Amino acid sequence: MEYKKHILDFKVVQNQHLGMNYSLLMLKPFEGEVPPSAPGQFAQVLVPNSKRTFLRRPISICNIDRDNNQLWLLVRRAGEGTAALCDLHEGDTLNVMLPLGHGFTLHRDDAMLLVGGGVGVAPLLMLGKELKEQGMQPQFLLGARTKADLLLLDQFSTLGKVHITTDDGSTGVHGVVTKHPVLTSDNIAHIACCGPMPMMRAVAALARQQGIDCEVSLENLMACGMGACLCCVEDTADAGNVCVCTEGPVFNINRLKWQI
Amino acid sequence: MADLSVQIGNLKLKNPVMTASGTFGYGEEFADLIDLNQLGGIIVKGTTRMPRQGNPYPRMVETPSGMLNAVGLQNKGVDHFVEHIYLRIKDLDTAIIVNVSGSTVDDYVAVCERLNPLDKVAAVEINISCPNVKQGGMTFGTTCAGAQSVVSACRKAYDGTMIVKLTPNVTDVTEIARAVQDAGADALSLTNTFLGMAIDVERQVPCLSTITGGLSGPCIRPIAVRMVWQVAKTVNIPVIGLGGIMNGRDAVEFMLAGATAVQIGTANFVDPQATVKAIHYINDYLNRHGLDSATQLIGALKT
Repeated sequence: MEYKKHILDFKVVQNQHLGMNYSLLMLKPFEGEVPPSAPGQFAQVLVPNSKRTFLRRPISICNIDRDNNQLWLLVRRAGEGTAALCDLHEGDTLNVMLPLGHGFTLHRDDAMLLVGGGVGVAPLLMLGKELKEQGMQPQFLLGARTKADLLLLDQFSTLGKVHITTDDGSTGVHGVVTKHPVLTSDNIAHIACCGPMPMMRAVAALARQQGIDCEVSLENLMACGMGACLCCVEDTADAGNVCVCTEGPVFNINRLKWQI
Repeated sequence: MADLSVQIGNLKLKNPVMTASGTFGYGEEFADLIDLNQLGGIIVKGTTRMPRQGNPYPRMVETPSGMLNAVGLQNKGVDHFVEHIYLRIKDLDTAIIVNVSGSTVDDYVAVCERLNPLDKVAAVEINISCPNVKQGGMTFGTTCAGAQSVVSACRKAYDGTMIVKLTPNVTDVTEIARAVQDAGADALSLTNTFLGMAIDVERQVPCLSTITGGLSGPCIRPIAVRMVWQVAKTVNIPVIGLGGIMNGRDAVEFMLAGATAVQIGTANFVDPQATVKAIHYINDYLNRHGLDSATQLIGALKT
């Protein structure tokens, strides 16, 4: 299903600082409803108060709270642009273009495992919510550096079983997500993964080895976010260079030419 | 309402605002967000004789008030354009202009010949200025002889309005401009991107797969305005100004410097509605200054 693109001004209703480096922005459109979007789609955010940047920042749609007409964006403080987003205040205005790209496949069974790392957990919240609303029972595997870096745990735990790994062993299984036994358990048929590249590659390699269907969400550097500039390309087995912003950001690993 | 129309060769544009090649796809990508029929023209993505995969990723990096790109003319080739894309966009009520690129003179000619019979292609823009391809592209645009060889060959192959897009990466852009005019161009567009480079200092590697790339965005605007001003004084064919135009004010700046029309490029990435807003701004500007035609802005700079 193709959703129409919109450019809208949103008001920052709340900026929840999650630890030192993350912000959960809860946004409400000045007019109308948050446009319909699919899990895994993203938004292009115009960064206010940032003198040295001018391109929009692509941010995954984390959640659409229909009851409160809110769009949630989870932002990691990575550079100047995202820092300006993390420093927004309640009442500030944010110009957002959405929804963009193609999201995750919704499998109509209970065999989906949603694997996220760091800020990459963002689109999995919306995906998990959608699956639950459709009567499925998704499971989550969330990895982080430390217990303090695990994001939105309380949200995820309302949607299904949550498995955890931490690099330092401060909670859950000690190590990276691929160390967790749930990844290779018999009742997992589909993986939806979003996180840092090394994590996605490791999950993709394991999925391929185990014959599990797997989708990953890429975050190639992009300018326009709508298939015009052709900057964010990923090399695919079937079509060569394609735009991550329009053909992705979610790809089945079988399309990618990753050496895994 | 002021008269916004301008004339480029035999081509009348309803207003002076066009989209720059490679920044607006084929227009369709923006159809949810703007009414394409309001535009003066759409200059579609650089089109080559054969399909091109372009350069490897990474192809872009943001720089202060600008960006570097190294796309490398990725496109599906002129046959795909004619057989598929053209059919989808030909009935838009705006000038469809095709940017033509190639590695050899024969390549340019082949694309022009393929486009020549299409009555809804309003003009071609011959791109002798792409900095991101190994062969052809900018190498033609940096010498008078190279530029003339492409332009005179295309002139024979294409009967309609022919715009030639110049590179700023030369010592004296007016020499090239004069040579291109003499070879039969109906109009010039300048500037294409400036050759630039950025380094990831932590990893000590280039930010782009091709090491160097083309710099665009507001950081290049003053240089582009200067070049348009110099060229417009030199030639007697219309000049189309581009280079870092972010809004209507910037568009007017280029016209005052001597441009007959403008192209908006990188700004489309920041504000996909920048073109339409610029058209409204120009109309308001004319009203505010008591002018009744956009043509009164062309070269109206007081010195």
